[in-house]
Amino acid sequence: MAMEVTATSGDKIRCDACPVMCYIKPGAAGACDRYANHDGQLVRVDPHIVLERTVEHGGRVVPFQAGGEWDGKIVNQPDVFVTAIGAGTTYPDYKPAPFIVSSEIDGVDMVTVVTEGIFSYCGVKVKIDTDRHLGRETAAVRAQGEAVGHVTTGEYGSQMLSLGGVHHLTGGSKKEGRVTCDTLMDLSNCKPVELTIDGGATVIVQAGRPPVVNGTAEERMRVGCGSATIGMFAKQWHGKVDEVVVVDDHITGVLSEHQAGKLLDIADTGIKMKGRRSTPGRYFQVAEPGTGWGGTNISDPLSVLGPFNAKEARPGLTMLMVSTTGEHAGYYVLDEALRPVEAEMPRDLRLSVERIQENCEPALCTVLFMAGAGGSLRAGVTDNPVRLTRSVKDALTRVTSGGAPVYVWPGGGITYMVDVTLMPAGAFGYVPTPALVAPIEFTLRLADYAALGGHMDYVRPLSSLKDSSEIRPMLVPGRRA
Amino acid sequence: MRRRPQIALLADGKRLHLQDGPIDLIVEASGREADVRAAYAAAARRFTGLLDELCVELTELRKAADPAQTALKGVVARRMHAAVAPYAANCFITPMAAVAGSVAEEILAAMLAAAPLDRAYVNNGGDIALHLTGREQFTVGLIDRPDAHGVMRTTTIDADDHVRGIATSGRHGRSFSLGIADAVTVLAKTAAQADAAATIIANAVDLPGHPAIVRVPANELQPDSDLGDRPVTRDVGALTEQEIEDALEAGACRARQLLAAGLIEGAALRLLGEAVVVGARGIATPHAVHNNQIQHAIHA
Repeated sequence: MAMEVTATSGDKIRCDACPVMCYIKPGAAGACDRYANHDGQLVRVDPHIVLERTVEHGGRVVPFQAGGEWDGKIVNQPDVFVTAIGAGTTYPDYKPAPFIVSSEIDGVDMVTVVTEGIFSYCGVKVKIDTDRHLGRETAAVRAQGEAVGHVTTGEYGSQMLSLGGVHHLTGGSKKEGRVTCDTLMDLSNCKPVELTIDGGATVIVQAGRPPVVNGTAEERMRVGCGSATIGMFAKQWHGKVDEVVVVDDHITGVLSEHQAGKLLDIADTGIKMKGRRSTPGRYFQVAEPGTGWGGTNISDPLSVLGPFNAKEARPGLTMLMVSTTGEHAGYYVLDEALRPVEAEMPRDLRLSVERIQENCEPALCTVLFMAGAGGSLRAGVTDNPVRLTRSVKDALTRVTSGGAPVYVWPGGGITYMVDVTLMPAGAFGYVPTPALVAPIEFTLRLADYAALGGHMDYVRPLSSLKDSSEIRPMLVPGRRA
Repeated sequence: MRRRPQIALLADGKRLHLQDGPIDLIVEASGREADVRAAYAAAARRFTGLLDELCVELTELRKAADPAQTALKGVVARRMHAAVAPYAANCFITPMAAVAGSVAEEILAAMLAAAPLDRAYVNNGGDIALHLTGREQFTVGLIDRPDAHGVMRTTTIDADDHVRGIATSGRHGRSFSLGIADAVTVLAKTAAQADAAATIIANAVDLPGHPAIVRVPANELQPDSDLGDRPVTRDVGALTEQEIEDALEAGACRARQLLAAGLIEGAALRLLGEAVVVGARGIATPHAVHNNQIQHAIHA
């Protein structure tokens, strides 16, 4: 909502929303934090978060009538889903969860129990789309110098990190716990965090954004391993070049030796690869892992080649070398001494490199928050906590986090994972234990809720939470797609 | 167009929310139902026009306070001046340093003049004026960092304590700070005194000239800031444990002076996860917080 601006002074504007009449610089807010200068326009910004948390929680503001009771008018709005963000929590006690809300969905009386869980058993699983070597498996991952997690498995086109967990949060030094807590909260709130891997790279990770590895933003996720790339593009290269090497830290592919090349009757070229041959045309460990070509440490692709075999090679033989993302590529012609000499790449081949790039998906960081709902949190939902667990396992109770769908792990307890980018902004908080505060909601039929020992006395109709700026309409996950 | 403050009850039907320009109050009173109603009505009446009253003297309120005298006329403005005057001889301070606490006190006073109350508070964005009688008490949650959720510890204030004002200052708040403290919470006899003292102590938590601290002239951020071109803290980089301790000690030293002078009843200072408590009996120590795990009450 833009307000009228009474006077301007240079690029500053004068706010006339109240008698303080602040001069506000571009990009800044006035003394109230409610009005700001956005490109010379006075705009209303989000309400200031006051220190009293309960204002954010209940949040319903109704007209004040000095003379009598307010009438608390209720507006029915069927698609409102109550999230637990800002609901507050009653941990570590056994009081009913802050909000137990009933609403009617499709004629079935549903109950949503919303609470903010305090999780000291929690962490994030981070998937970083990159071929670059970030660090060896199990290497410590640090934030601000403190160990906050470790490198875990390499997955297809990406590297996984496991951060947080109870040992870093409460098992180490006070500082380690605090930094871990900050790191988890920032990552979960989709903020960028710089992580340094022991003996490896420095990565800036932000959920839903490309990773920045050693200062370079990753653009693409590789189209496949070197061998797969040979298989995918062999036909397009056939007849346009004598040899192709797809450099990859995992499996480097060589066209003339590869099954795909054989099927196209591509002649031997006398190429000699370094590394360990797996099957024909597929090589492991052509170089050390790194942040150069195809996740190796090389900047000169010729360094993965030995001398060409004079029996098969000939002067004038052409060769394309390319990485698995198409980000690096070079074109070579053998000279009289059978040494590859770089030359300008023919247009056809340039197009094939672009095709590789085009087939690479954008590289992203994904962050899944993972936590376990303990006994006390479950007790806030029901008198008989284990029944809630069983109800979740029996799929009678839907678990959501900030309204986002979660994956609940099989096995004991309610241990779940959620994609933080699906959650509303600022969903995560912390307590200095240190532990993270995350929203969690349980939705089930009212009758099922009673059956599992729910706090029926505390069930409030959804309408009693209405009228609040804190309640935002959003789709119930998995419904009304 | 006549501007009207926002006056409403919160969802629980118990607390009153008053907002006008930069002033944002949460009010709660307990006592007989009719008395509470009368008190809320009085609060709403007194609040209407209060901001305009202050703005009439805004230019004067933004000037460095004179320790001995003031030309200010308004009762709230004069209370602001009185709260900062004890500091004005030795350092730069304007009456604006006590605006939040002074407003909270004014509204509480209006409520008490209208009806007897067992217990009441007026919370002006964290600067709180208290009223207590008999065996009533308040449990107050002290926040860790004003920019993030997290309660550091709690303290209980009962009617026998001298404390009737609580205020928090630090570099994350809406006001600028000359120091680097994340939060300094002060307990004092009045909200206005607490407000001024929190500003003074938060300013003292500092490492002058430290390269990791980013400072910007206040008027580059807010052209009409009462701090003029004084450098205010925008960012605090990595500090060693020793530096954190040194900065906190500088603030604690100032707090102890104010305690000895009777200007405050206690203070809790927080910087980069470390905390120091001065005076205030009853504020749980950091060690106790770890034992107790979590203290989540912010129900003032």
